[in-house]
Amino acid sequence: MNSRSHYDVVILGAGLSGLAAGVRLAHFGKKVCIFERHNAPGGLNSFYSINGRKFDVGLHAVTNFVPHGVRGTALARVLRQLRIDRGELDLCEQRYSRITFGGKTGVSLNFSNQFSLFESEVAKCFPNEVDGLRKLVERIKATDYSPSAPLVSARSVIKEFIHNPLLEDMLLCVPLFYGSAQEGDMSYTQFAMLFQASILEGLARPFDGIRPLIKVLIDKYREGGGERRMKCGVKKLTIKSGKVSALTLDSDEEITADVVLSSIGALETQALLNYTEGSPAHSKQDVELGKISFAETISVYKNQPSELGFTEETALFFNDSEKLDYSEPKDLIDLRCGVVCIPNHFNFGSERTMPEGIVKITCLANYSHWAALPRETYVEAKKDWYDKMLNRVLSYYPQCKSEALLQSLVQHDMFTPKTIKRYTGHLNGAIYGSPTKNVAGVTSVGNLYLCGTDQGFLGIIGAMLSGITMANTHILTKGVEA
Amino acid sequence: MTNDETKKAVLDIIADIAPDEDLSNLKSDVKLRDQVQLDSMDFLDIVMELRKRHGIEVPEAEYGRLASLDSCAEYLTPKFNALEAKR
Repeated sequence: MNSRSHYDVVILGAGLSGLAAGVRLAHFGKKVCIFERHNAPGGLNSFYSINGRKFDVGLHAVTNFVPHGVRGTALARVLRQLRIDRGELDLCEQRYSRITFGGKTGVSLNFSNQFSLFESEVAKCFPNEVDGLRKLVERIKATDYSPSAPLVSARSVIKEFIHNPLLEDMLLCVPLFYGSAQEGDMSYTQFAMLFQASILEGLARPFDGIRPLIKVLIDKYREGGGERRMKCGVKKLTIKSGKVSALTLDSDEEITADVVLSSIGALETQALLNYTEGSPAHSKQDVELGKISFAETISVYKNQPSELGFTEETALFFNDSEKLDYSEPKDLIDLRCGVVCIPNHFNFGSERTMPEGIVKITCLANYSHWAALPRETYVEAKKDWYDKMLNRVLSYYPQCKSEALLQSLVQHDMFTPKTIKRYTGHLNGAIYGSPTKNVAGVTSVGNLYLCGTDQGFLGIIGAMLSGITMANTHILTKGVEA
Repeated sequence: MTNDETKKAVLDIIADIAPDEDLSNLKSDVKLRDQVQLDSMDFLDIVMELRKRHGIEVPEAEYGRLASLDSCAEYLTPKFNALEAKR
């Protein structure tokens, strides 16, 4: 077995965290290889084509947008650490978005990349709460994100400042949908991170979606000398004396590495461990299986969304049940709350308009129910729920006529929790992984570290920051362990 | 290698790490951190780039020697010259 390939670092998964870690490691001279089971990079933020038309998976918006020159934020840090020129990402800001609760008679709060808009909306709808909001924002800005920070509930912290339960739900809504693996609540630090990223900073999108961003990472990685093997997963990690001693690929080839950085999820990584002698050095940390999964429809229209009656909003976060019920639905899909995103409604400048109208609708969905459906029923159910999701959402856009939409429709697609499991390997189709986050990224195996979703930095920028931070902390500043 | 060349080498690194900073009017006797926004991750990168580009090792205990361009020159120039002498 002398011909086994050996790497300083092997990265599992070519998602944004794995790629970002790879860029850092390759840049500083590590011999590194990324293994990805899927044929396309990007992980939870990947892309695909049907009939030559390009679709993004997942991407609604890149959060953490700050204007050029604003320093010391997550975006600025990621750009510096990866030596990316800001212009390469072509980030175009959102117009504005809306959080609307309680149907037609309910409350709406608009937000844009200027926090003052959101603050004035809260002042208008909840005049007694705006001071509380300002204090909550101060608290959020001073959040301690270190791995040793205590784990507290986001709701409990919000309640210290906000007394109206409706506003509490509305403040939680965007962070929940953009990153909570936990039902009903989330940890305070995750809330703070996502509130900062989406409401205090802002939403943006590259004109061409996720592809140019992934391309930038892959080009940097290649320039640094990083290797990448696609359609080639790792199926087994052999553990000897508390360390990964060998990795077995899907092809049964065996390789070795000084350090393994896994972005595939905590439980998903545990499932690869194969102990040749004794049991794990430490007792296995209890990692909860994630339950939050989504279904998403994507509709492509000949017309611009505004010609079809959609408002100028970039995203709409809606809920029409009394309490926001962010949990695994009892039915295949829960239509009571969700997110609409219209990629056309980012400010691309006067010279650029997306040639077709695109509308995405995201709702909570139940993995086990979708996974249990036989093939034919599954296809039927997708058709059925596509219509249900669209019809539910149209009530928020009274100017939209369903006949006009149908006439303008050129293509549509839908993904379910089953699709997520199939292409990302996330157990349960759990899009944000396990509710148990491992911020330090350390496992019971000496040379095995986690990055990505289950490390706990979320969103596109968060994922990259996760890969960067784990590569820095456990590999670059520590020296490779023998 | 002269002190000015050392300063140039350090400035080249900072320019790559922090392309969004204006480095044209830096005072060499004032702390870099007081003139340019550099966090601990950025400082670490200066150290790692010195190793990558020039083979110079800066032990953690001596990171403080990189505070200003003058102190960088004072600390790094002998290291550059020692390396050159070896070649």
